[in-house]
Amino acid sequence: MLDKHGIAKRIAQELQDGWYVNLGIGIPTLVANYVPDDIAVEFQSENGILGMGNFPYEGEEDADLINAGKQTVTLKPGAVLFDSATSFAMIRGRHVQLTVLGAMEVSETGDIANWKIPGKMVKGMGGAMDLVASAENIIVAMMHTSKSGESKLLPQCSLPLTGVGCVKRIVTNLAVLEVTGEGFVLIERAPGVTVAEIEAATAGKLIVTGDIPEMNI
Amino acid sequence: MDRIADEHRKTMNKIVNNAQEAIADIHDGMTLMLGGFGLCGIPENAIAALVKSGVKELTCISNNAGVDDFGLGLLLQQKQIKKMISSYVGENAEFERQLLNGELEVDLIPQGSLAERCRAGGAGIPAFYTPAGYGTEVGEGKEVRVFDGKPHILETALKADFAIVKAWKGDRLGNLIYKGTARNFNPPMAMAGRVTIAEVEHLVEPGELDPNYIHTPGIFVQRIFEGKDYEKRIEQRTLRTR
Repeated sequence: MLDKHGIAKRIAQELQDGWYVNLGIGIPTLVANYVPDDIAVEFQSENGILGMGNFPYEGEEDADLINAGKQTVTLKPGAVLFDSATSFAMIRGRHVQLTVLGAMEVSETGDIANWKIPGKMVKGMGGAMDLVASAENIIVAMMHTSKSGESKLLPQCSLPLTGVGCVKRIVTNLAVLEVTGEGFVLIERAPGVTVAEIEAATAGKLIVTGDIPEMNI
Repeated sequence: MDRIADEHRKTMNKIVNNAQEAIADIHDGMTLMLGGFGLCGIPENAIAALVKSGVKELTCISNNAGVDDFGLGLLLQQKQIKKMISSYVGENAEFERQLLNGELEVDLIPQGSLAERCRAGGAGIPAFYTPAGYGTEVGEGKEVRVFDGKPHILETALKADFAIVKAWKGDRLGNLIYKGTARNFNPPMAMAGRVTIAEVEHLVEPGELDPNYIHTPGIFVQRIFEGKDYEKRIEQRTLRTR
């Protein structure tokens, strides 16, 4: 089974040289720590950065330089800053090749819910609806089950949707899955996790064909 | 300042003395746009002046709602806001309390649609189609049209009685330059105010800003003043270890 760093590490294997990538808040942010040495990617932060760098060293933080999670960040050489309308022109205009974001629920047809729990939690969707509606590739990074042990991979989402039929790939603490419209296709198992365990943790339709390899991380 | 004042008699003058003067004709029930992303790039001086003025029943269009004790959170505390139009409000517990208690109206809008609705308002585009929000609560009741096989929803432009933005440098013609990610919603909102107020950290002479690097052309700005005592609070001070 993976921890959140393991999930980020596995997602980093999906990155391709030359891609512009938007990382959501939480586990997705960690993906930046595991970019393979032999490729170059640029991170887009929807509040207005391309070429976002590391977190700053103590004493070098700047209130005027934050990421979309409101964390202090730095710029890489060649970075560029822009306004929110331009930022979402990049996103809506499909100039960003990959979006990685968290989710509360994903359905077997690729619907995603991650912005609202009616009557309990109203934080808002931020940029998530724009990102999932337009991204070429969307990877969801999340735990396979909720804190109370319930599956987050469902026949259909019970929470208000963020996007419809948009999720292509899911990386969880248990597995890598592809979303095909027919169901969740099991691609890889996390180290030490059996197909039976993944089946038990998946409420939606799980498609298992042949031997499922273990992740190589 | 005297020399500047002299020159104003013969050139365009958008300078007002301070935040209080800039917001003096903002009345109860008006719609405001306020720039900023989280607490980054918010018009701190103007918000403080609005709190002091006691103006109420405001509709505020702003990406976020501040935190409990800073930014728009200060206006929320005083119950001066009737309605918020935002994309993400997760950092403000008082906001969530007022919302769940029905004391506050809220319109949550995808961030890109919010930015573009402001830009469109300023650019004379009454509405546009976007895929963001199709098939969700956001799309309910909105016109749907399919382009290239993909469904889009119609989003209308936003305008405000006053847009209040914060820039790093500006001149008396209203030309503005922002710094870092403090730019965010400020440029599109500056375009969409019937009156746009800019507060700047440094008010400079015309000609000091390189025309090649001005972000907001002064035509969009009606009032400008130099703010003071910027707190620039950091929400998530995140560091790496040496």
